Amino acid sequence: MAASEPAVGTDAAAGFLLQRHRWHPAEALPWLIAIAAFFVFPGHLALGTQVLIWILFALSLDLVLGYAGIVTLGHAAFFGTGAYAAGLLSAKLGWGEPLTGLAFAGVCAAVVGLVSGWILLRYRGLTLLMLTLATTIMLYELGNARADITGGFDGLTGIAITPLLGAFQYDLYGRTNYLYALAVLFTLFLAARRIVYSPFGQAIIGIRENVRRMSAIGSPVHRRLVTIYTVSAAIAGIAGGLYAQSNSFVTLGALSFERSATVLIILILGGTGRLYGAFIGAVVFLLLEDHLAKLSPAFWEFGVGLVLVLTVLFARRGLLGLFEDSGRSIARLWR
Amino acid sequence: METTLNIAVGILLDGLAYGMILFIISVGLSVTMGLMGFVNLAHGAFAMAGGYVTVSVMSGFGVPFLAALPIAFVVVGAASVVFERLLYAPLYRAGELDQVLLTIGLVFMAIAAFTFFYGPAPKPIRVPDALSGSVDLGFRTLAAYRLFMVAVGAVMVTVLWFGFERTSLGAKIRAAVDNRRMAQSVGIDVDRLFTLTFAIGSGLAALGGGLAINIMGLTPTFAIQYLVFFLIVVAVGGPGSIKGTVVAALVLGITDNAGKYLYPDGGAFFIYAATIAILIAKPAGLYGRE
Repeated sequence: MAASEPAVGTDAAAGFLLQRHRWHPAEALPWLIAIAAFFVFPGHLALGTQVLIWILFALSLDLVLGYAGIVTLGHAAFFGTGAYAAGLLSAKLGWGEPLTGLAFAGVCAAVVGLVSGWILLRYRGLTLLMLTLATTIMLYELGNARADITGGFDGLTGIAITPLLGAFQYDLYGRTNYLYALAVLFTLFLAARRIVYSPFGQAIIGIRENVRRMSAIGSPVHRRLVTIYTVSAAIAGIAGGLYAQSNSFVTLGALSFERSATVLIILILGGTGRLYGAFIGAVVFLLLEDHLAKLSPAFWEFGVGLVLVLTVLFARRGLLGLFEDSGRSIARLWR
Repeated sequence: METTLNIAVGILLDGLAYGMILFIISVGLSVTMGLMGFVNLAHGAFAMAGGYVTVSVMSGFGVPFLAALPIAFVVVGAASVVFERLLYAPLYRAGELDQVLLTIGLVFMAIAAFTFFYGPAPKPIRVPDALSGSVDLGFRTLAAYRLFMVAVGAVMVTVLWFGFERTSLGAKIRAAVDNRRMAQSVGIDVDRLFTLTFAIGSGLAALGGGLAINIMGLTPTFAIQYLVFFLIVVAVGGPGSIKGTVVAALVLGITDNAGKYLYPDGGAFFIYAATIAILIAKPAGLYGRE
């Protein structure tokens, strides 16, 4: 009997992991809403596409920040690299096929992620913060110094994309763009979901919770961190590529500190370390911005700051955490 | 040859003046970071507040420039205690992410609030006539305000060095930076010490903000525009080290200024590249404790 006990334990652990991995019916909701939005708001698909791109970008940040616990102020480096890679491929080299353009954007950003991650992820705390920040600003200044290639503050123009799969023309209303972005987001979401529930993903969470213990049990901490950083950079780069292709335009704003800060705010607002936080955060932030920023930019900025302060002090798990907590207290009342 | 020398002296003086401002603003950030490890991205907002207080008391109450600066020091220093007690104190034990988010939020709120009350346009400042002209040294003339800045900076470095190295408060701060637990166990009230240091540091930032208007300008985006430079000074110099802050601020001020004159397109790129190289080689900064 004694010999079989560990086996029971292993089964229980495997069962627990499998259960977490299983799809919950509620997980269909965001995708149903996204498809419904396509039919209900045909006039707002351009905004919808931007929301989808921000979701993808925030999702990539969630992998490093929420799951691996790497605090970065420079995630726009990868978004910007992807945006310029896809943009320059079309504008300067004349290659307009969208899917290979996205792949190119992802690969370029992954290379930047791999090289910078391999060097920077040995550091922690303030040093790591400063290094990620300085890396992004350095890329921004590089883009500024080589305005002859990047277009500088005026932006990179002349991005022309050929029909998707040779069949779907990009229309004036952004229908193709929206569905294209949605399909890319769904594919990469599946990949991210698979990664975080895999044994590798569990190791990443372990590193976030306690680096020393993970080192002590022989986990290759640095290699794992660099791996997730590179994957995240590739996803952020693809988000940047989508941005360049859907707007046919890239400016230095794609590499700016403001963009790094915004994606951080979106993720924190939605909730970190839970994949769907990126969805809630991006939808709430961008819809509010679309309405409020036009009314009064100063009030909007004040509101963003206030929400951030309140979130840190009172709702550290973001909007999704608030939903869960209120759901739980309602369930308790019911009982 | 004559002109080359003149340009070189001009660049050096401008850079020194700029570096002194960076030092005065950053030194408080450096000490509070060294003391508590608190990542305070809102430090630039305190400097900006100091700039607006200076401008306001000058135009509103007719206070002369040199008297407005100490007022900015006191007002912002006192106000910062409220922020420290209410918002910063709960997060001392939290991770740096929470500290970063809280203080970014404060920066946004500060930018919005100052835009609302003062408008987005740059606020001009009228410095005394004695400081606005140029000084004739016989062989060449120099901008009086830059000389004034260098002099103020030199005085501040001396005062802070004396305060840090030769007073009981300075000794307590150094002890707490070196080893907080040990300092606590010999009876130093580190929390109160931190509040005091935070107030002085924010006051110094405000003083620097007031002094900076004539050189760096004053708009509501000041809080974020120069933030990265303050952070670089602290991180490269080594948090908690006055000497490191002086060295990093002067080198950064002179290099940035020289870069703008000599290589306007890509000068900033090399500053960030150098920052990364230094931090990779010495993660705790040039004079920081490993």
